[in-house]
Formats: sequence, structure tokens, C-alpha cells
Amino acid sequence: MDGQGESTPDERVEVFIGTLLRAGVTLAAAVVFLGGVAYLASHGTQIPDYRIFRGEPSDLRNIAGIVTDAARLSRRGLIQFGLLLLIATPIVRVGFTVLAFILQKDKTYVLITLIVLGILLYSLVGAGW
Amino acid sequence: MNVLEFSAVVFAGSLAAGFLGALTGFGGGVVIVPLLTLGLGVDIRYAIGASLVSVIATSSGAAAAYVKEGFSNIRIGMFLELATTIGTLLGAALAGVISGGAIAVIFGLFLVYSAWLSGRPRRERAAGEKADPMAAALKLDGHYPGPAGWVDYHVRAVPTGFSLMLVAGTLSGLLGIGSGAVKVLAMDLAMGLPFKVSTTTSNFMIGVTAAASAGLYLNRGYIDPGLAMPVVLGVLLGASAGARRLAGAKSRTLRLVFASVILVLGAQMIYKGVTGQL
Repeated sequence: MDGQGESTPDERVEVFIGTLLRAGVTLAAAVVFLGGVAYLASHGTQIPDYRIFRGEPSDLRNIAGIVTDAARLSRRGLIQFGLLLLIATPIVRVGFTVLAFILQKDKTYVLITLIVLGILLYSLVGAGW
Repeated sequence: MNVLEFSAVVFAGSLAAGFLGALTGFGGGVVIVPLLTLGLGVDIRYAIGASLVSVIATSSGAAAAYVKEGFSNIRIGMFLELATTIGTLLGAALAGVISGGAIAVIFGLFLVYSAWLSGRPRRERAAGEKADPMAAALKLDGHYPGPAGWVDYHVRAVPTGFSLMLVAGTLSGLLGIGSGAVKVLAMDLAMGLPFKVSTTTSNFMIGVTAAASAGLYLNRGYIDPGLAMPVVLGVLLGASAGARRLAGAKSRTLRLVFASVILVLGAQMIYKGVTGQL
């Protein structure tokens, strides 16, 4: 029982995940780009100020707020939605890895991967501080 | 400088950072934060937020290519992700309580260390002959496609590798980088993994680690869409162009030049952090 030949859960699952990730990144980049063009078109002549940290308004800090902003085509909301998609890509990957280990009936790794997934979801959703 | 000009400058800088980062193996993240803070006077927290998202983009974007090569070891990656994601929570919590200047100093020290590390030849350790009982229990040993069939490898020093990954995660959460340098070090030197396996597994891990940090930073309002937009698009384009050119050997001269740049940036970050200018 040394896992020889099984260092990757399942070659096909992995290739699928890789392709999915690239599609996710492309989609996210397209959303960021579109939002960016709209943002530059309307805010391009303003003076940027990132010298002093103020923090983002609360609607750009959580998933519900970002989705609402993007749905009403707010420019910064759209960009933030694209960034959210990007942040989600590795999380989706870990989710699929849980499935791959379930298919292999590898309980230890199902547990390990679930803990990692839990931490990721906590940091994105649960850590409202 | 208005928003349009500012975005153009940030985009161009990120494009160069992504390109050189991919070509030299440093990753783009290490120079984005100095570029934004030292070069454009951006608050370090905004800079870290933007850098993190770009790190995720390059890691996920490259995953498809790496998977096809069959080198990455998902079990090692997942097991070590336990350490890096926990470290990330630690690092992000730390980032909330210490000053921007202190973060800049730690960032500078990390840059100096990365530059120093890259100057040393990367020596492949002889693969462990007998199985480590802990590695065997966790099924970490694996194999990868070599020129003459499959090459088997054993994993050593699991607790040391795990502890180093805690450090890598903490740095990632604190500094907004992928900390690939620490990850590769832990897997190469401590755990005795073959280069190909450690490099590709590290790429997989960087995205997951950065996602854990990014979630926290988003909740805290560190991720500004106007700033992150040109950074992400620039790094992504630059990195994919760099990865395509990578096919041949990495240029040693280019690596040396980039390492010197990183060294200078590191020294500046430390100086400005200590004197309270960042």
C-alpha cells in the first residue's frame, strides 16, 4: 500500500480541472476587462488616490454586495465580480479534488481536502471582520 | 497623473513583472508590491490586495499546462495546503495588527532572501531510497515521467516540510505573494522531491494559498477594483507570454539581472519601512 501509480487522483479528472481553471481565468479576465473599459471611460480623468488607505465600501467587500453591484452593471462592481471569479478558481479546484478522492475512496485525503476547502470558504465567506 | 495614465503605467509595469517573473521563475508577485508602493506611492495594503489576485490568476492559468505534464503530486499538494492555508489565516490576522512600515520591512527581508536564494545553484538531492513511514502512511511517494520511463521518488522529512509550509502560508497572508520560493525550498531541500515535481506542485499550491489570503483581504476592503484591474490584466498577459517563451532554457543572465533588481527593491523596502515612509 504505497500509492504507486496513484500520485495523481485521476489523470482525466485533473486534465478536466486544468481546462476548467483556464476557462475560469479567461472568463474572469474578460469581465475585469469589460468593467475596466467602462471604469476608465467614466473615471479616466479623475485623480487616483491610493496613498492613504481607506478600505473599500462595504458593498465591495462581500459576495452578496459584489453580485448586486455587478448585476446593476456598476463599473467597479463588475471589475470586483471578475476578481471574485478569479479568487473562486482555486476553490473550485479544491472542490473537484474532494470529488476525485471520494471516487478513489481515499478517506484520509477526502478529510484533508475537506478541511482545506473549509478554510478557503471560511476566509471568503465566513470571516466578516 | 489621472486615472487613465495611472492605469496605463500600472498595466505596463505589471506586464513586465509578469513576463520577467514567468521567464525567471520568481513569479510576478514579488515585484508588484514594490512597484506600486515604491514607484507609485500606493498604500501597501492596497498593493498587497492587488498582487494577491494576480498571483491567483497566473497559478490557475498555468494549471492546465502543468497537469498535462503529469508532474504535480496532488496528495503532497493537498497535505501541505493544510499548513499553508492555516498559515495564511495567521498571516492575514497579523497584517491587520502590525503597521504598514513593519510589513514593508518584512517584505524587504523576503526580497533580499529570494535574491540570495536564486544566486545559489539549485542542487538536486539524491532521492530517498527507503520510504519514510510518515510519507508512506500519507501516501506521499509518487512517480513522474522521465526520459526513460517512470521515475519513482520517496518523500522525506514530512514534519519539517509541513512546518516550512506554515511559514510560507504566513508570509503569503502577510505580504500578498505566492511565496513560491519558500514552498520550493521546503519541497526540494527538506522533503527531497525532484525539481519537476516540486515546481509544478508549488504552482498548484500557490493558487490555493493565495485564494485563502485573498478572501480575507476582500472582506477587509483591501482589494480595490480600480487598482487591481490593470495589475491582474497586465500580469496575466505578461506571464502567458513569458511561459510561452520559457520552452527553451532559462537565461542565466536574465535571472541574475532580475535577482539584482529584487535585491535593490528589497533594500529600498527595508529602508523606507524603517524610516516610516511606507
